[in-house]
Amino acid sequence: MPTTPPPTESGRVADQFDDIDQQREANLFGMWLFLATELLLFGGVFAGFVVFRVIHGEAFAEAAGHLDLALGTLNTALLLTSGLTMALAEQLVNAARRRAALAMLLATLALGAAFLAIKAYEWHHEYMERLMPVLGLPFEYPGKHPQQAELFFNFYFALTGLHAFHMLVGLCILGVLAILTWRWRDPPRIARQVQISGLYWAFVDVLWVVVFTLLYLLRL
Amino acid sequence: MSVSTDPRWPSEHYLKEDWGLRGWLLTTDHKRIAWLYLVSITAFFFLGGLAALLIRLELITPPGDLVSADTYNRLFSLHGIVMVWFFLIPSIPATLGNFLLPMMLGARDLAFPRLNLLSWYVYTLGGLFTLAAVIGGGVDTGWTFYTPYSTLFSNSAVIAAVMGVFIVGFSSILTGLNFIVTTHKMRAPGLTWFRLPLFVWANYATSLIMVLATPVLSCVLMLISVERLFGIGIFDPALGGDPLLFQHLFWFYSHPAVYIMILPGMGVVSEIIACFSRKPVFGYQGMVISIMSIAVFGFVVWGHHMFVAGQSLYAGLMFSFFTFLVALPSAIKAFNWTATLYKARIIFSAPMIYALSFVGLFTIGGLTGIILASIAIDVHVHDTYFVTAHFHYIMVGGMVTSYLGGLHFWWPKLTGRMYSELWSKVAALALFIGFNLTFFPQFLLGYQGMPRRYHEYPADFELLNVMSTLGAGVLAIGYLLPLLYLSWSLRFGAVAGGNPWRATGLEWTVDSPPLKHNFPRTPRVTEPAYAYDPTAD
Repeated sequence: MPTTPPPTESGRVADQFDDIDQQREANLFGMWLFLATELLLFGGVFAGFVVFRVIHGEAFAEAAGHLDLALGTLNTALLLTSGLTMALAEQLVNAARRRAALAMLLATLALGAAFLAIKAYEWHHEYMERLMPVLGLPFEYPGKHPQQAELFFNFYFALTGLHAFHMLVGLCILGVLAILTWRWRDPPRIARQVQISGLYWAFVDVLWVVVFTLLYLLRL
Repeated sequence: MSVSTDPRWPSEHYLKEDWGLRGWLLTTDHKRIAWLYLVSITAFFFLGGLAALLIRLELITPPGDLVSADTYNRLFSLHGIVMVWFFLIPSIPATLGNFLLPMMLGARDLAFPRLNLLSWYVYTLGGLFTLAAVIGGGVDTGWTFYTPYSTLFSNSAVIAAVMGVFIVGFSSILTGLNFIVTTHKMRAPGLTWFRLPLFVWANYATSLIMVLATPVLSCVLMLISVERLFGIGIFDPALGGDPLLFQHLFWFYSHPAVYIMILPGMGVVSEIIACFSRKPVFGYQGMVISIMSIAVFGFVVWGHHMFVAGQSLYAGLMFSFFTFLVALPSAIKAFNWTATLYKARIIFSAPMIYALSFVGLFTIGGLTGIILASIAIDVHVHDTYFVTAHFHYIMVGGMVTSYLGGLHFWWPKLTGRMYSELWSKVAALALFIGFNLTFFPQFLLGYQGMPRRYHEYPADFELLNVMSTLGAGVLAIGYLLPLLYLSWSLRFGAVAGGNPWRATGLEWTVDSPPLKHNFPRTPRVTEPAYAYDPTAD
């Protein structure tokens, strides 16, 4: 295993910055701001959902009962675990333990991919149940409030779709990080990149907790 | 006149080399990216202006005889979409802000130069979608894309237009993010927060709004798109969805967006008025607090667009109250500009004429805003030309005027050359006269009950409409003249030198045009902003 000094002073500084600390602070701050924008992007849909959850309380609670709680819970567990592996990866890169860090990044990648696979299975299941009101597909809901239930499922696909898109972006980032860690050219730089990407990944985790609560847990 | 031309042309500057396509399209120099934006938004400005010209020509006679009602709907929608998202929102931040913010902070570039270039490409991509919408037959929803018309009924190119606006939103998010990080992390030694020029404060506040409001616009446009594309109807009333939710989410962005479109103008005007009064801005800290409170209050007034849309009376009362509150910081700013002029030896240069026009026109726009904030009156005049006139006083009288003022003020810095003094003053006056002639009659029309967005009207309204259209002709001269003499000055203008206005500010301490990395060495700031000496010659 190559041993490198802890990433404090080394690494290339971009032209516009005076030193590496200024650069790191700016990058971190930029990521936090970006996450704030993401929160507001989801916030609009969350707000809309909450309004209708209150207006059509009974219908939405009943429709939520048609989602697969077991799979949703499993996905939540997978994603939270991936948060742990990502945090470990960050520590390990900092400690210049390349192989362990690479393993943790790949574990995060695998957990994220498993999440998306289960999500896709759930969507497929809903498609088979004719609960997917997308592109004019038939929507045959067995409960009492088919129209409001369709509204619920519209929200369900909009929210989970938006979240899945963010997961997909996260997986691409993880793939790049894994390659960079494997090559191990500029460890301090990789440490900064893993730290910033870790923020994004944790954020997507937290978003899922909200999505899961709103859609799956508020049921009859 | 105080122009002290210094015939020194710097041997090194950012425009000297790299004139190939690569040098421009792959540049990460904030000053060159400012030029990319300047050229793009000017093109969009004239596209939006062309639509406005056709609208005014149609309205010169009472019957709808120039274009059909359908075409007319597409014209005002195009005018609104292009002017709001492709001109006004990026206007000052993406051009003057991009160029000046790092220089005013004493930095070599923005914090994320590649992100800055990306934001221009995103802008361009959004622009291409919008052009595709025009070629695909146009869009007829108005710039606000209200549901359920936009989602269930309109047979026009809604998707392309919505995608264009969705995409361009990310360009303003990226710009805002870049500005905030740069302002926080890259100020020169000694440049404390309360020594920042008000232009920086204004762009900082604008960036906060861009970063916090634009994602909600993206969210709501995404929901419209999935409803039209995939049939996932969040707003569909048949399913129990509510079109009003769309309006709430839309105005949650689009009202703060009004402040995106005016705060940078306030920053520009503060710089110009201080310079040509040779005095520090009166009440600097009050100005800063006003800027920030306008940005904050701007987030809690969106419901005043919905007084008659069916929200509850109590909600209406609160939104009305907060809207009145916004008038306070705005008035503080107007009074402070006036107080800065008090007993000053005012120099009536072209930028100063623009700045003074701004103060007057913004005041009229702001005061009529208070009229509209009163629910009882709003019920009477909503969706009339009174509203159209009000927001054009802010958007055109305010933002376009200050944008042109800023462009004239910093043109010597951007290009190193001066433009014609006479013609620039003629243009500034043409703008002021043409603007008032165009839009003041619209207050009267609206108060008499002429609704917005109609392509024909009763003969009683003809005189005022003819005045308005003639005014638009004068206004067009005010726009075309700068295009001519500013272009002319690029090649034939007198060499400006580093500081032709003898202004304060870090950007004026270096050569014009500046070096690629702005400063030969990092400057050190030892005095507050606007350290003008009123007693000097």
